[in-house]
Amino acid sequence: MFEAIAFYLFAFLTIVMFYITVTTSQALYALTALAAGMIFISAFFFILGADFLGAVQIVVYSGAVMALYAFGMMFFDTTRDLKEKQGNKYVVVGLSTIAAVLVVLIFMAPIISENITALYPIGDGGNTQEIGMVLFTKYLVPFEVAAVMLLVAMISGIVLAGKKMDESLTLQSEEEINEKASK
Amino acid sequence: METAYLIETVIKIVVILLVFSALAGIGTYFERKVLAFMQRRLGPMNVGPYGMLQFGADAIKLFTKEDIVPTNVVGPIFKIAPVITAATAFIAAAAIPFLPSFTLFGYEVNPIVSDINIGILYILGVMGIGLYGPLLGGMASANKFSLLSAARSAAVFISYEVVTGLSILAPIMLVGSLSLIDFNNYQIDNGWLIFSQPVAFLLFWIAAFAETGRTPFHLVANDHEIIDGFGTEYSGMRWGLFFIGEYANMFFISFVIPLIFLGGFGDGSVLGAFAFLAKMSFFFFSFLWVRAAWPDVRPDQLMWLCWKVLMPIAVINIIITGVVMMEG
Repeated sequence: MFEAIAFYLFAFLTIVMFYITVTTSQALYALTALAAGMIFISAFFFILGADFLGAVQIVVYSGAVMALYAFGMMFFDTTRDLKEKQGNKYVVVGLSTIAAVLVVLIFMAPIISENITALYPIGDGGNTQEIGMVLFTKYLVPFEVAAVMLLVAMISGIVLAGKKMDESLTLQSEEEINEKASK
Repeated sequence: METAYLIETVIKIVVILLVFSALAGIGTYFERKVLAFMQRRLGPMNVGPYGMLQFGADAIKLFTKEDIVPTNVVGPIFKIAPVITAATAFIAAAAIPFLPSFTLFGYEVNPIVSDINIGILYILGVMGIGLYGPLLGGMASANKFSLLSAARSAAVFISYEVVTGLSILAPIMLVGSLSLIDFNNYQIDNGWLIFSQPVAFLLFWIAAFAETGRTPFHLVANDHEIIDGFGTEYSGMRWGLFFIGEYANMFFISFVIPLIFLGGFGDGSVLGAFAFLAKMSFFFFSFLWVRAAWPDVRPDQLMWLCWKVLMPIAVINIIITGVVMMEG
């Protein structure tokens, strides 16, 4: 019973949060609702007994949305409403149709899912160990490829951002900074 | 069975909420007294004997002050930000065992709300969400200095979460579990982890100051701008909630450090429980001690310390631990 209550509560909260994210014209509302929605999703992992994935969902997305906040801070005055450009109407209609079809598919899924069994059901070892076993045996190659991709992204980020890293504005005197600015 | 479990859990949650809300208030009294004695002052003396009722006077002031929401702020976000800070601090406490299990009126009590098998990951993750409080408060305040402070605190938290996560990885490798109870039990047989992982202990302790936003990493509030950073526009109990969140976080981190590195509550005897509380008190005291002893570091020094000193040491520590474990 508690599982059902928790599921419907968090399902409702998640949908409301993502609805706010899409419809609001206020950047701060959208970002906050996105973060909240991502964190509420972790509840489903906890309900399903996948504790490790639930905690990872919290850790990863709370950090990832934080980066979006940084962009929000740089590009918008987040305390004002934004005027959004109304784009192509056909795109909106097309996307809505696809979304509707997806919803129908999702609701049909329970009928089909009776035939689905888990490939790697959780054993006695606890799901952290089980995830480790699967990740480092069967899915080792995708895992390593993802790691290499992240490394590439990190190095390119450092190269792009790190051009003037050895200069420190804090350590320079007022005259030095003014001299640089006047050049 | 299920009803009994539900009632037990609700009682535990209420007790933890009440105890730590009160402790957060009393913590401010301790902080003012400790700082005062270290700076050769007397601190609060007028309200009650030795100023011990000062906490009550502060609470009355916070509760009865007018709750001001300035004109240009983003109302709902501004109002929810302090709640996030306070709530996440207490949500994180769900996986912390505060005492060994004991028997009360013939009923065995486990003073932990939920012993999930990913305890540490959960605590660190939820404490990480706590940083949304200062961030949202600063961004919704329509105040340039609040915004600057919010950006700075976000940078500090994100950077130091890396150090926290990496430093704790080596002890996790040794114990082979993420549950704090398992950490405690491992240290009964194998000795305290501070002796086998002294580097990880120091790194985690240093990062704890950044995670809770305490001096010398107190960049969340702009002391050098003579205003209170992200909390500038807040007043009354909303500001008080930020305060409760900060102090509750300090207490919870002070519980987590001894659990991971200093043997926790040991084998569960009464002596072990008192020793655990003593260790916790020492780490809480260290937060106040450091504040009296050291000035704040500059933001660029903070980032230098995190990325060029602490993080490489943490990675090297993990590699050495791994090699030693493979040899052994």
